[in-house]
Amino acid sequence: MAQRVVIDPITRIEGHLRIELEADGGRVSKAWSETTQFRGLEEIVLGRDPRDVWAFVQRICGVCTSVHAIASISAVENAIGAVPPPQARLIRDMVLASQEVQDHVIHFYHLHALDFVNVAAAADADPAAAVDFAHQIGSTWKGNTIERMTEVRDTVQAIVSSGQLSIFTGGYWDHPDYRLPPEANLMAVAHYLDALEFQRSMIRIGTVFGGKNPHPNFLVGGMACTIDPNRSESINQVHIDQIGQWIAESVEFVTACYVPDALAIAGVYKDYFDIGAAQPNFFAVGMAGATFAGNPDASSVANAHTEVRPGVLLDGDFATVHPFDPSKIAEWVSSAWYRYRGGDVGLTPDVGETTVAYTGPKPPYAWLGDGTEYTWCKAPRYDGRPIQVGPVARVLLAYAQGHERTVDIVDDAATTLGISLDQLNSTAGRTLARAVECLTSVEILAQRTFPEFVKRLKGGDIEVFDGTKWEPGSWPATASGRSFVEVARGNLSHWVGIEDGKVSHYQAVVPTTWLAGGRDADGHQGPYEESLAGDGQHPLVDPAQPLEPLRTIHSFDPCMSCAVHVLDGDGHVVQAVAS
Amino acid sequence: MANPVDVWAEPTLGENLARAGVTRRDFLAFCGALAGFFALGAGAPRASAEDIADKLAAVTKPNVVWLQLQECTGCMESTLRSGGTTVEEVVLRLLSVNYNELVMAAAGDGANKALADTNAEPHILVVNGSIPLKDDGIYCTIGGESAEEVLRTSAENATAILAVGACAVWGSVQASRPNPTGAVGVDAIIRDKPVINVAGCPPIGEVITATVAYLLMHDDVPKTDAESRPLFAYDQRIHDSCPRRAHFDAGQYVRSFDDEAARNGWCLYEVGCKGPSTFSACPVFQWNLHTSWPIGAGHPCIGCTEKDFFDRFTPFYQVLPNVRGFGVEATAEKIGWGLVGATVAGVAVHAGLTAIRHAASRKSEEGEPLHAFGDEPHGKAE
Repeated sequence: MAQRVVIDPITRIEGHLRIELEADGGRVSKAWSETTQFRGLEEIVLGRDPRDVWAFVQRICGVCTSVHAIASISAVENAIGAVPPPQARLIRDMVLASQEVQDHVIHFYHLHALDFVNVAAAADADPAAAVDFAHQIGSTWKGNTIERMTEVRDTVQAIVSSGQLSIFTGGYWDHPDYRLPPEANLMAVAHYLDALEFQRSMIRIGTVFGGKNPHPNFLVGGMACTIDPNRSESINQVHIDQIGQWIAESVEFVTACYVPDALAIAGVYKDYFDIGAAQPNFFAVGMAGATFAGNPDASSVANAHTEVRPGVLLDGDFATVHPFDPSKIAEWVSSAWYRYRGGDVGLTPDVGETTVAYTGPKPPYAWLGDGTEYTWCKAPRYDGRPIQVGPVARVLLAYAQGHERTVDIVDDAATTLGISLDQLNSTAGRTLARAVECLTSVEILAQRTFPEFVKRLKGGDIEVFDGTKWEPGSWPATASGRSFVEVARGNLSHWVGIEDGKVSHYQAVVPTTWLAGGRDADGHQGPYEESLAGDGQHPLVDPAQPLEPLRTIHSFDPCMSCAVHVLDGDGHVVQAVAS
Repeated sequence: MANPVDVWAEPTLGENLARAGVTRRDFLAFCGALAGFFALGAGAPRASAEDIADKLAAVTKPNVVWLQLQECTGCMESTLRSGGTTVEEVVLRLLSVNYNELVMAAAGDGANKALADTNAEPHILVVNGSIPLKDDGIYCTIGGESAEEVLRTSAENATAILAVGACAVWGSVQASRPNPTGAVGVDAIIRDKPVINVAGCPPIGEVITATVAYLLMHDDVPKTDAESRPLFAYDQRIHDSCPRRAHFDAGQYVRSFDDEAARNGWCLYEVGCKGPSTFSACPVFQWNLHTSWPIGAGHPCIGCTEKDFFDRFTPFYQVLPNVRGFGVEATAEKIGWGLVGATVAGVAVHAGLTAIRHAASRKSEEGEPLHAFGDEPHGKAE
């Protein structure tokens, strides 16, 4: 007899996600992915000044801060014909890269690690053994000292013995599937604290250019921050030196700490390369940070990431790169609380609708999965298929296209771990791919993007703003634009229509929407659901401590506030609440 | 940076600091930095580092429920970025944050139990996010309950309530026209206890943590303006403290982004800066370990600490209405002083105290205007 299990809230994610499961004999048999927040920003941006909209949609998410702003600005620029100068584009690239590195680090240590690391067990660890363990896994992080490990162990001991466990209250510390030895737990907790300190420092790259973080400021047509090596009130050598330092620290942290830790955890939990597979379809428009204003297959590349082209991998064939065709994107509302005028069909983003039609129970409620509709998240499909986006998609795409550095890192890791490429489609695979990508991203930032910015600056290139299209009078009466950006959690696209100087149409197709959506009209599950209930083998030893499903859901790095943002193509949003 | 004082083994911070080998001198240096925050309230006597140190050293570890309702998690991210001296980490560790969805280990039933257990005892309540009231609260549910229900339950035994971020304070972006989900701020729901509004989208991380530290040090809520914002961070307009103010007074304006004036750091008023109408200490504290701040990085202030800024301050790049350079100071002063109105009554925040002195509910009236130069100050300001 299947037991029903509700996990709500799913914690250590952005936003509000509820997972309902049926489990039998320690295995998950059914799963429902349920997004429980709706904000309606879609409706709010209509009629606004397109130059303002980046600030609205940036507030879609404060974890993926910056990315919606950059996507919005690129789409608006595409619509009105503004061309940001190369230095402005490089600045955006640097902000995107720093955001992505910070985001991956925060995800691994602060949102995901406690699925594998037993904090309470760290209290019993020998600090010297923790240092040895770190060396053994190839961690060259400067924090691997006996003094530091002792200090962290004492912290954990004090928290555990005080009875006030703070954020560790109610954790599953006696769950049998925490497998790390005590010293590994201690090392990981130390790195958890170090990562907090690290992200606080390196995120300042975005602050220099955008004035604050989260939610830095951006500008249609370029950037508002002036650069000039000979003026105190512009970004100058002082800032360049700081940024160089922060980038060097980022390379050090990712190389010496994050990547070895990710490999070590993957090694101990190696069976998770056979757990949590979702549909083997992937797409991306390039590596992390790739930004296109307009058609990703045309030449309107918005930045320097050109070595990996847009593409789609389908049906488990990781060698054949299909061309990416935006017209093959369709969104279904079969399982979502919306209604289309034309019935339950897949609509492409340019004609999408967002008509609320809530059919769920009035809160408080105990179970949603019995209804046909159970989520605020639409179900996007590509060419009829559920598809995975994010680090794993980008790594597989880069691998398929022979991106040398990616191939090297992946092959090394696969050899060390004894896994095959197709096993990256798994809980551990998604987590490993994120670390691989973090390394290539920070290297590209350090070796290419930042040096290119400095080189141009040296050559006297200080322009950051194209003002020729700033005034609405310079715009066509009607215009439309779109952008595709590869952000931390996957492919993000923004689609804008402008009429008489105002936003007439706005839509965002967001990474988590691809992943967290529910069933479509054909009954295909969304990737979250498939990863939990696809093969009937996903473990769930103790329904009161749903550690294993958390591992799998966290491997996708959910961002729920992002997921529920899809705009009515015509600007018609009708509230038709049925219950 | 290492955190040598992560250990909470003794009853009070002072004892823990001593145990961890933090000298009184180091602690005083840290408290001196805090004094910089707390001295900014208009008319407030400057707290000495000694006073602060004595108070802080005596506190015990309160339990905290830190909710995230209808929002974007930017406020938690900002909190994570709050600048770190070694002892500041300890101030964060003064709290036992038993429920916060972003960082807590437990999920589902385990998380809900942690919430229920903490709610059953006196605790500090911090809220990020707005409350969507429309359609029975279906637009944000947690554990199957509406955000409103979660908030009401958590507020019941709370000894202090902090609404952190524009969403929790006024609803912010999702409450902007036409507010499809009926989003409101915390103090629209909780009327029987004072709510401290830490405004901003997001607020500066250091301001968030300093508000908490203030509670612990003073055993009371900070003095606030008429919008219930702590004076130590919201008593002055950005315009008052802006390093570019001299250019405003001299009529030296940026006319177009990236022009000569922009490169020279002139005033951004002509390209839409909302600094003259925005109460926030951004230019004083700056952002992300004092790295920069919005105007410092060349972008006009969008006024994110003010009520309904997504409606009232847009289009963002349009010049503020009725601000014409000269002759505005009288109005500004009048409005500015009007804000330093009654402050909320004190509240005992310690976990050991069960009684709350019921304070008058908010003084602000519905629909009161912003304190923009062009607005009439609302009649209640004195």
